[in-house]
Amino acid sequence: MAMFEGLAEKLQNTLKKLRGKGKVTEADVAEAMREVRMALLAADVNLKVVKDFVARVKERAIGQDVLESLTPGQQVVKVVHDELIQLMGGTTSKLNMSSKPPTVVMLVGLQGAGKTTTVAKLGLYLRKQGRRPLLVACDVYRPAAVKQLQVLGNQLDLPVFSMGTGVSPVDIARGATEYAVAQGRDVILLDTAGRLHINEELMDELKSIKSTVKPHEIMLVVDAMTGQDAVNVADSFHKQLGLDGVVLTKLDGDARGGAALSVKAVTGCPIKFAGMGEKPDALEPFHPDRLASRILGMGDVLSLIEKAQSTFDAKMAKEMEQKLRKSDFNFEDFLFQVQQMQKMGPLDQLVGMLPGMGKMKALKDVQFDEKEIKHVEAIILSMTPEERQNPQILKDSRKRRIAKGSGTSVQQVNNLIKTYEQTRKMFKQFADMRGKGPGKGPGGKGKGMFKLPFMK
Amino acid sequence: MTGFFNRLKEGLTRTRQNLVDKVEALVTGRTKIDDELYDELEEALISADVGAETSIELVERLRRKVKEQKISDPSLLQGLLQEEIAAILGGEAIPVNLGNQPTVILIVGVNGVGKTTTIAKLAHRWKQEGRKVLLAAGDTFRAAAIDQLEIWGQRVGVEVIRHQEGADPSAVAFDAVQAAKSRESDVLIIDTAGRLHNKSHLMNELSKINRVLDRAMPGAPHETLLVLDATTGQNALSQARIFGEAVGLTGLVLTKLDGTAKGGVILAIHSELQTPVKFIGIGEKMDDLRDFDPGEFAKALFGKEE
Repeated sequence: MAMFEGLAEKLQNTLKKLRGKGKVTEADVAEAMREVRMALLAADVNLKVVKDFVARVKERAIGQDVLESLTPGQQVVKVVHDELIQLMGGTTSKLNMSSKPPTVVMLVGLQGAGKTTTVAKLGLYLRKQGRRPLLVACDVYRPAAVKQLQVLGNQLDLPVFSMGTGVSPVDIARGATEYAVAQGRDVILLDTAGRLHINEELMDELKSIKSTVKPHEIMLVVDAMTGQDAVNVADSFHKQLGLDGVVLTKLDGDARGGAALSVKAVTGCPIKFAGMGEKPDALEPFHPDRLASRILGMGDVLSLIEKAQSTFDAKMAKEMEQKLRKSDFNFEDFLFQVQQMQKMGPLDQLVGMLPGMGKMKALKDVQFDEKEIKHVEAIILSMTPEERQNPQILKDSRKRRIAKGSGTSVQQVNNLIKTYEQTRKMFKQFADMRGKGPGKGPGGKGKGMFKLPFMK
Repeated sequence: MTGFFNRLKEGLTRTRQNLVDKVEALVTGRTKIDDELYDELEEALISADVGAETSIELVERLRRKVKEQKISDPSLLQGLLQEEIAAILGGEAIPVNLGNQPTVILIVGVNGVGKTTTIAKLAHRWKQEGRKVLLAAGDTFRAAAIDQLEIWGQRVGVEVIRHQEGADPSAVAFDAVQAAKSRESDVLIIDTAGRLHNKSHLMNELSKINRVLDRAMPGAPHETLLVLDATTGQNALSQARIFGEAVGLTGLVLTKLDGTAKGGVILAIHSELQTPVKFIGIGEKMDDLRDFDPGEFAKALFGKEE
């Protein structure tokens, strides 16, 4: 992963010397394409897919006029980015819904890809859209797989249909359809057992489920960490069953998810959903543009913004911006920030989405301690309103009182005050940066890097 | 021994077909060793998940050898490559040390790699060898994970120490060590919840289990094994590195080798990290877990038997 960090940056360095030239030449592009090739391979994109891709990008990049505002590097990055998005297809995260309910959705895949979890997540997702899903336990092989689905259904208050492990999955699927009709459930989600694509017996079982209940949607669940073999797996499942879509799981890890490209290229099926965490609501519609940025190491800015938007109070955010500009940023605001951050979810996940964060050496070893945030909150809450607004008045005796009140030490209080000062400065830098253009992010070289107390 | 070898060979068939047969196809019919051939070799390695860096390095070494030994016959490349691969894998097998009473083994890994199944296979194997095995259901997070281990326990015929779902896994681990001591078990295998290595709070939970184990029995865990899915690509390196930093791995278990044409990730891991592969999973049967012997592996990979 480390070597993959910032392909965008690498490309820009490779092509920096071209600045001022009018056109990108073939030789320039060839050099850049070597970087692209290595980067895609390190992201586990299948070799064949990489080769086709590089050839296409090369063709497009050669002879491109270098726009005035862009460096040639950025220009090539843009071409690569565009092509990646194109390769991954449009943004369709709609399931094929039958006009005559119930709609039958079947999830298939290798062992350990995350089918059972995805079935539960999908159930919740569909219910939020006003559907009435039924989860069906067709995995009769893995020990306790049925129980797992039942527990998940119970937690989410979704009905689960099962017939134990002594019945064939084909019969279970058939029984589930009848049950759904009787109970008025309009979507059936079939959880099938994980299997190798080369296991004929088990693949035949899926074929008979298919011919028996005629699913409207067959989705392949693929682990985002899958390597070069993703192509064979997807191709084999597709040829034998005819896939309609793909779910990419475990994207909350640090894998680049190059498997997505391979799967899309070989099956032509859209990637419809992305699994982003262990919580049942961590299933998101798949965004090709975001994965393209991630593969390029450009940071998942859009996801971050969206996440922030859904949790941040827009008006408060506006006020905050004003404050930042004037840099009268006090502990009240700091507390607000900390609380907002908590709402936004695990911090390391957020940081991963920030562009350029990977570049910061200082951040690579940083770990976030969610517990420390609680301490920060406690310290600020132990301050009087006056102290929060005028941190300058915090002298020794006040600090001692605050430490006592929050169950921390004076040292921790001091640390927080220091952090607050640094954060304030950093925000001021951010505010000053506006209008000056990108390129000089705070701590870009690891120098003067701010350190919040919950970063170890 | 022959039966064992054949079984191993069988499990590796797909890996062999992919890598070795491809290499063979590449070199046969060629009359000279040129850049094109090297490029194709490199690609064959990359396709087997060996990883771009390791593949380039391997081919670089081949080039050097060819130059040194003034080789011009392409058909000799195959043997050279086997040598290089064996060199990367290292010579000696490093078995799990079962010298303690009880020997405490912690099993860790990301979600869905086959930790629980691996534990069942290990338990089966050590029980067959006449050892007294105890399991601990340390995955208290995932729905029905405890039941899954319990069912395996019944099938294998070993006892399982369990708490409620949602309990502190460290507490399970602590109790299990006490139980293992009082029941005079030889081996205690502790299951843990699958976790992605970039979630620091979950990695901290593992470090805590480690600390608690050491308190329950100084020196424990005696082995910490990271389970890796052989279908995984280059992220396996990241997993091995970060789990290693968090809990200090003593070995790796590579699962699902029968299903993938790859497994080349073993090479990448061996060449970049020092953690040895101790077991490989080559099938769904209870006894389809094998000691990883680098020499045997390289030989089986190339389908040659002495």
